[in-house]
Amino acid sequence: MTAAPDAPIVVAGLVKRFGSFAALDGVSFAVARGEIMGFLGPNGAGKSTLIRILCGLLHPSAGHARVAGIDVAADPEAVRRRIGYMSQKFSLYDDLSVAENLRFFGGIYGVSRDDMAARLRYAIDMAGLSGREESLVATLAGGWKQRLALGAAILHRPPVLFLDEPTSGVDPESRRRFWDLIHTLAADGVSVLVSTHYMDEAEYCHRIALISGGRLIALGTPREIKRQARDAGARAAEPTMEDSFVSLVGKATAAQRAERP
Amino acid sequence: MKLRRVKAIAVKEALQIVRDPRSLMIALLVPLMQMFVFGYGVSLDIRYIPLCVLDHEGSQQSRDLLQRFSASSYFAVRTVAAAERDVARAIDDGICELAVVIPSDFSQRLADAGGTTIQALVDGTDSNTAGIAAGYARTVVAVYSSDIQLETLQRRGGTMQTQTPVGVEARVWFNEELESRNFIVPGIVALVMAIVGAQLTSLTIAREWERGTMELLVSTPVQPMELMLGKLLPYFVVGMVDAGICLGLAVFWFDVPFHGTLATLLFTSSLFLTVVLCIGYLVSVAIRSQVGASQVALLLTMLPTTLLSGFAFPIDQMPAAVQGATFLVSARYYVLILKSVFLKGAGVQELAVPILCLTAYAIVIVVLAARAFRKTLD
Repeated sequence: MTAAPDAPIVVAGLVKRFGSFAALDGVSFAVARGEIMGFLGPNGAGKSTLIRILCGLLHPSAGHARVAGIDVAADPEAVRRRIGYMSQKFSLYDDLSVAENLRFFGGIYGVSRDDMAARLRYAIDMAGLSGREESLVATLAGGWKQRLALGAAILHRPPVLFLDEPTSGVDPESRRRFWDLIHTLAADGVSVLVSTHYMDEAEYCHRIALISGGRLIALGTPREIKRQARDAGARAAEPTMEDSFVSLVGKATAAQRAERP
Repeated sequence: MKLRRVKAIAVKEALQIVRDPRSLMIALLVPLMQMFVFGYGVSLDIRYIPLCVLDHEGSQQSRDLLQRFSASSYFAVRTVAAAERDVARAIDDGICELAVVIPSDFSQRLADAGGTTIQALVDGTDSNTAGIAAGYARTVVAVYSSDIQLETLQRRGGTMQTQTPVGVEARVWFNEELESRNFIVPGIVALVMAIVGAQLTSLTIAREWERGTMELLVSTPVQPMELMLGKLLPYFVVGMVDAGICLGLAVFWFDVPFHGTLATLLFTSSLFLTVVLCIGYLVSVAIRSQVGASQVALLLTMLPTTLLSGFAFPIDQMPAAVQGATFLVSARYYVLILKSVFLKGAGVQELAVPILCLTAYAIVIVVLAARAFRKTLD
């Protein structure tokens, strides 16, 4: 799966500085239609910053980013109509019920009245929350909340989905279920950009971008990433994703240190 | 702007208000409490000034004079002193604000010289009360003096007219009983509504930032104006209930005479409510913590409204610069409106100027609030 220049997500030389600190330092990549791109990197590598720029929440310092064909810096409102976003922290309303939350976001995203009932049904079924429609969100377990948040993010059928560490703090069973949902969505043509620091989840992505110190240090399918690690001298002959991550990030960090003493 | 989104936000906000009955109770009980506290607490009428009397003579006449003090509702005798020492202590300890000392030769000199003086000692710490107390004392003594003169004349068989040559016949308009409560309670309604209105909305944006729901909300296509309208609508309803409580108490509990029309009252009150709700919203946008926003909203409404709205302290007595500052206090216009509606029965036409000022105020605040809200995390 290769990404064309008119792909749903195109990022070129993106830079984001907070004061003198460069959170993103020239990142370029593209995500094709129906592709799941995983973002892997240590804490503070710039994953959340990148996703926030692509959602129009932060203004890039330099470079370009196009989402669903629209420049995020030029027209963030048009971008917002075409994306679904799950932030790192759960951000639905705890004091509203499942159905009330979904109706609210449906209204905000402008889901048409005729479509609303069907979209709510779809989101509730997808999240496996049938029978819990009237439960307050505060009473739901973590995994259910995550699936509800995903359901709220896709009510308006966005072609692009940004998920910022969507499964942190969720049990493995629920994580598995969550990833099944993401694959279903991707099969329907949705482009998904997901950040994570679970190595096993990286294997579920079509392609992985390794990011460290604000830079893209490796990009490719899980198998390609492992090969890069082996070529770069990872200790194990058959490196796992974790081995690859550690060795590639370590090498990049050393190189960056040498460059910026 | 899409009404659809405004409605979605209003419904969500209303649900959150209903889900939090404790906050709702506070929103409805606080104005009730404040009305009682301020309504009874703030009174500019001075009655029953605690009085200390020292009668060195103890004659028929000296007792007669003192009797007039104790019979007046302006004074209440607290201490009957036996010596100067006791007088000093009563004033020093703050038990009495005024002391009346009658000399031992009081009736003697009255008979011989046809005139005498008594001593009045006033605690001047509170100069306003002191001045009024001394004035009341002078009046009591003056009435007593003229009665003596009259008596003397009659005893001598004089047939002089018993009328004072020139008298003032004062007629009071608009607040016939000269009750300070009648003029203060409408101002208190403005004060309570300013405080409660701004408090209601001061938390609404800050709460979304604190709970982390704002990050998702700003990633949606919602527009600042839609968000503001949607959030203000349910609080407008709560605020109007509060206004009803305050105005109802003013009329039915504090018995403030009401000469205006209900329509004028509701129209102007909803206008003022809009202004204070927007002030609270603006604060909430600017300050992303709930505690901070609530404090700033309280400071921004309570202080200027108390000091500069003219609700108790007359604006035309303030220094020119301070008078200028009062034009920036939205409650100033509402206090004026309320007093005119209550006591003068003024209608919308007579109130055109303050109504236009409030409207302009509302527009400026709405624009500021909508602009202050930025849909980015930068």
